[in-house]
Amino acid sequence: MSTALTIADVERIAALAQLELTGEEKQLFMRQLADILAYAEQVQAIDTTGVPATAHVHAGQRTEREDEPRPSLPLNATLANAPDADRDAGLFRVPRVIGG
Amino acid sequence: MADVLNRTAREIRDEVAGGTLSAVDVCGASLDRMDAVNPALNAFNHIARDRALERAGEIDRQRASGATLGPLAGVPIALKDNMCVKGMRTTASSRILDNFIPPYDATVVARLERAGAVIVAKTNCDEFAMGSSNENSAYGAVKNPWAADRTPGGSSGGSAAAVAARCVPLSLGSDTGGSIRQPGSFCGVVGFKPTYGRVSRYGLLAFASSLDQIGPFGRTAADAALALSVLAGPDGADATTATEPVPDYLAALTGDVKGIRIGVPRAFVSEGVDADVRRTFDEALETLRAAGATLVDVELPHAKYAIPVYYLVATAEASSNLARYDGVKYGYRSPHGKDSLKALYSRTRDEGFGPEVKRRIMLGTYVLSAGYYDAFYLKAQQVRTLLRRDYEKAFQKADVVAMPTSPMPPFKLGEKTDDPLQMYLADVFTVSANLTGAPGISIPCGFAAGRLPIGLQLTGRMFDESTLFRIADAYERLTDWHTQSPVI
Repeated sequence: MSTALTIADVERIAALAQLELTGEEKQLFMRQLADILAYAEQVQAIDTTGVPATAHVHAGQRTEREDEPRPSLPLNATLANAPDADRDAGLFRVPRVIGG
Repeated sequence: MADVLNRTAREIRDEVAGGTLSAVDVCGASLDRMDAVNPALNAFNHIARDRALERAGEIDRQRASGATLGPLAGVPIALKDNMCVKGMRTTASSRILDNFIPPYDATVVARLERAGAVIVAKTNCDEFAMGSSNENSAYGAVKNPWAADRTPGGSSGGSAAAVAARCVPLSLGSDTGGSIRQPGSFCGVVGFKPTYGRVSRYGLLAFASSLDQIGPFGRTAADAALALSVLAGPDGADATTATEPVPDYLAALTGDVKGIRIGVPRAFVSEGVDADVRRTFDEALETLRAAGATLVDVELPHAKYAIPVYYLVATAEASSNLARYDGVKYGYRSPHGKDSLKALYSRTRDEGFGPEVKRRIMLGTYVLSAGYYDAFYLKAQQVRTLLRRDYEKAFQKADVVAMPTSPMPPFKLGEKTDDPLQMYLADVFTVSANLTGAPGISIPCGFAAGRLPIGLQLTGRMFDESTLFRIADAYERLTDWHTQSPVI
């Protein structure tokens, strides 16, 4: 697999990551990500036939609990850090989403 | 009062409980020391003077009233600025959280305060704990207390520097790929990463959830053991905490290493290691062997792949965890995103995150994206399994595995900032413990030319923190590296 990256690749990834990069950042990341990926490619040579993936080292642990309601953060505390909120209505305010 | 800061946490606690030392005086000495050294070190993002003095006053009043005091009563402690303290600004050293005031306490905060510890400061770190030199902080780099032109290590550089500079006897860091052990090594203090799941991550700003673990810095293994005994144990707010019983860590400090088998992966540690690091590593092993430990050869054939595996897994998890920072619920919001919600997200994130965080989000997004998932992310997770098997095999022959903590002494500020891959390679000996979940400790074991601290790293079996504390404590009884302090 080739890890040569193009500006279009960088723009595609940035869009997925919700990052509006500057032109300079795109050039920098194109070069640096290609370097890092070229180094990381060495894992592809390892034979992993039949080897299960480790997503988590305690994956077998039972983590369920009874589904009982518990207190959560009060609304005013939840909204306290919002850059823009209608605190009386209990809403976060964002730019128009539909029909903008 | 300044000499009180040369005492260990255990000594401070005993004197406060015994009434020969007031918690307010200890707290005041710690606050004054932080104020004095911070212009030179930049180790603290926030010094919580009023709140700390108030809490310390409460401890003194509890003692006067005859109440039983907790195991950390009156001990000043500094927390890495990625742990939430209710009402205390918590930034992860990121512009995107510059104004964030947590509405709740992290579990570690609640446990420390219940034990009587006094939180005195939030420490500087690499942004969202991503870095190995503390140079990725939005508030500037921390300076190494032993050499102002050197890095203190990262990402918990401020917490390590705070203990080394005798501001506090204890601090907390978080370790995702070495971020406690490596700054511990660089600053000449004990840095401890518990087994994954031993300490709750609730209220820790997430970087890579399958790797992150909170742990203590101290000047002695005993103080680190005392801190862990307060922090450890299951937590209903973190489903990944283990239900394994927590032993009495201090009881493990017998001073005896007879019969302990120390595994040494000779092939893995033979390449690319600085000459002073190699010398001190060999001397430390000889000291332990002479005290009755046995050195055995172990092989970790997949350890050489740990860096690529780590940077694939950690960045993938980070890209997901950091999706929550979007300028809506908390933190920075760009003034240039008024046209649409999408513009709001993407401008906020580009302006709010620093370069290393963006680089890792990009890398993580790439390796999770269609067409690359199997070749990079899934493959890395499979090799992670092979690495775990290597360690399981090694721990059949050995009780612990020894390696240098870092292949090099503290490097110069600015030395690696232009080349991210070179910076990543500095983590070669620490990332395996995060990928396998094993506990690890770094203990001071000597100096390189110019009095630059060097650390010895020991990695243990899952949930066997006790053996690490036992060996570290025995080593402290045989050497005086941990008693030395920088001039600052």
